[in-house]
Amino acid sequence: MKKALVNKIIPFSCVDGPGNRTAVFLQGCNFSCQYCHNPETITVCENCGECVAYCKTGALTFTAGKMSYDSSRCVLCDACIRHCRKLSSPRTELLSAQETMERVRRNMPYIRGITVSGGECTRQAEYLKELLRLAKAEGLHTLLDSNGSYAFREDEELLDLCDGVMLDVKEADVQLHKELTGCDNQQVLDNLVFLAEKKKLHEVRTVVMAEHFRAENTILCTGKLLKSYLSEQNIRYKIIKYRSVGVREPYRSRLVPPSDEMLERLGKLAEDIGFKEIIII
Amino acid sequence: MRSISMERVEQTRQAMLDTVKSATLTHEQKVAAMANLADSLLEVLDYPEGLEDMLFVPFEKQLICDLNEGHAPLRPRYIVPDYEKFMREGSAFLQLPPPKDIWEAVNYLLIFYKHVPSVTNFPVYIGNIDYLLDPFIKDEQEAKKAIRLFLLQIDRTILDSFCHANIGPKATRAGYLILELEKELEQAVPNLTLKYEEGVTQDDFALAAVEASLHSAKPSFANHKMFTSELGEDYVIASCYNGLLLGGGSYTLSRLLLGHIAERAENIEDFKNRVLPQVMETMAAYMDARIRFIVEESGFFENNFLAKEGFIYRDRFSAMYGLVGMAECVNTLMKKEGKTCRFGASEEADRLGVEIMDIIDAFNRKHKNIYCGATGNSFLLHAQVGLASDTGSSPGCRIPIGEEPESFPEHLRHCEKFHKYFPSGIGDIFPIDTTVHKNPEYVLDIVKGAFKNQVRYLSFYEKDSDVVRITGYLVKRSEMEKLKAGQNVLQDTTALGLGGTENGHLLERKVR
Repeated sequence: MKKALVNKIIPFSCVDGPGNRTAVFLQGCNFSCQYCHNPETITVCENCGECVAYCKTGALTFTAGKMSYDSSRCVLCDACIRHCRKLSSPRTELLSAQETMERVRRNMPYIRGITVSGGECTRQAEYLKELLRLAKAEGLHTLLDSNGSYAFREDEELLDLCDGVMLDVKEADVQLHKELTGCDNQQVLDNLVFLAEKKKLHEVRTVVMAEHFRAENTILCTGKLLKSYLSEQNIRYKIIKYRSVGVREPYRSRLVPPSDEMLERLGKLAEDIGFKEIIII
Repeated sequence: MRSISMERVEQTRQAMLDTVKSATLTHEQKVAAMANLADSLLEVLDYPEGLEDMLFVPFEKQLICDLNEGHAPLRPRYIVPDYEKFMREGSAFLQLPPPKDIWEAVNYLLIFYKHVPSVTNFPVYIGNIDYLLDPFIKDEQEAKKAIRLFLLQIDRTILDSFCHANIGPKATRAGYLILELEKELEQAVPNLTLKYEEGVTQDDFALAAVEASLHSAKPSFANHKMFTSELGEDYVIASCYNGLLLGGGSYTLSRLLLGHIAERAENIEDFKNRVLPQVMETMAAYMDARIRFIVEESGFFENNFLAKEGFIYRDRFSAMYGLVGMAECVNTLMKKEGKTCRFGASEEADRLGVEIMDIIDAFNRKHKNIYCGATGNSFLLHAQVGLASDTGSSPGCRIPIGEEPESFPEHLRHCEKFHKYFPSGIGDIFPIDTTVHKNPEYVLDIVKGAFKNQVRYLSFYEKDSDVVRITGYLVKRSEMEKLKAGQNVLQDTTALGLGGTENGHLLERKVR
């Protein structure tokens, strides 16, 4: 069975979908967003071993060319991440879907479902499908948090196993999307419509900054693409305020959080377009 | 009646004079304190052997505490009148016919409350107020105004937040109005509980309750299915979180100071086999003596209108066998065994806690009192929340503040182990971060899961809200600040809250 690199599991999460859910964060992302607040989840540890010297508690060890991590000794000081040349977290675990599900079971019956996030969860699709299958078998609701780069259209199995996708629409403009994430957005916009058509679009998310990117245009374009679905489905729009916590330099000094008025104006815009449930956070 | 020393008389006289001159007590608080001091001069109870060394000693040495019930109980500690009967039939003693509209309903109830005694002299149970008022709702706007004034008067005249109202389990228009108003008013009184059962209580109503609790720290959530299975449909939640029978109540409540009891033992075996059984026996005998006096000598059940008119029945009463400081008890015993594991943080320590509960539970089932027929002639176990003056003693079976597990699920697993033992009340309290405001379903999911796993009673409050839950009762932070600055405050529980926050660090609970 294929194992996945898991960055962390949050037993109770109130911010990763409806109700109380266990959130599983996978390591590794194909986007490299300027505003990413957990950039240590983007790249995968290459086992160079350099960070071990900075670990004061002995949570990290390096033997036979391999890093190993003991969470019980870790005090989450982040020294390893700060000193990584690739800004990657060595604090990951290789888990099978079964092993992950064991952890999820500990939180039942307090949770209504799981959300698999990242990194980008679809990068480890085989594991992901197995985990969702196991969760469904327990009667749990399953959501994915995705950057939309995966061709959902071509993976019916995955679509069947998840109850919904929370999709990031980071920028509607292709050039700006490239600037922001390093990748274009064709697949994202295709997924936006495709997932809505399949009634699997649980939520659309856009992070808003004061300048640099055009959240207003993104919300307008998203609304346009979803126009025919909004009247019959409740697709939530989550407008997320950019926060500098965890963000890398040079972006951290460059990006500016939006004003509350701007967020409210965008919320109103989404409402005018036809989104019934708008969350500004 | 036994005689007492002049020295004790003089001490009491001095305490009375201090009460008269007190700058911080309100008039009502002075009157209540004076009555308690007068009562303390009486000696009419048949004390069991050994009690004096366990009870009438300084707090650090006490093994048993009777929670200021006085020396000659003139009424049961907690009284739970059948207000529905009052709404149906009125009261001859109060010269009130059954109410005909919402204004009469709230007015008559307020009159009735004035006449319901308790250990605090204020009613500790004021009814399933949504069910009581719902039949009178004609016009929603008018009803909202009437209920607003009703709740306002309760907060400003029932000057003690052990006063408890219930709502649910089913949604009613009145229930929604009460939640809406409590959210707006942010008042400490009354304490409020939603009787909740998944599948019986509508989700929408339960979510309205969560939203209210994140604004004004109430209602709490009671496991309706669990209480019903133990006490039957006609149960109520009164005072802090005490499950009692409607039309009855509790004669008395004493508590085992488990932390202090553990100090007296040489090791775990000595505690289980010698020290604890002795103290349990003595406390039960003391409670028997109090109950005998109330029932056979005080004349309460023969003369009070509540009993005469059938709002309460003697045979619906029971008594609460309390305990406090399980955490300190387990930690002390572990230390005596040379171990460092701590209650709430280690499986071994928790297992010992469960074993101790099994011993107390078995004792309680075996001890019989003929005046507790409503609960199988047994007392009901109660996880007492502590007094403001307690130091080094955690409420009931709670994990000490500051030692709560990092993980919320682990904390709940701990609750699962202990809640089942306490039909007359146990509860845990969780301050919640504001992000949840946008996801009340998160809290409801936790309540649903917890109640499936034998958790009995849960309270939540928003970590920065003005109204906060102290141990079981509610207090406003702003009122505590006033009292701290030497100003008079309306409710007597504000002083308890201030003591509790200073001695018990109650505002430092782990935020979830």
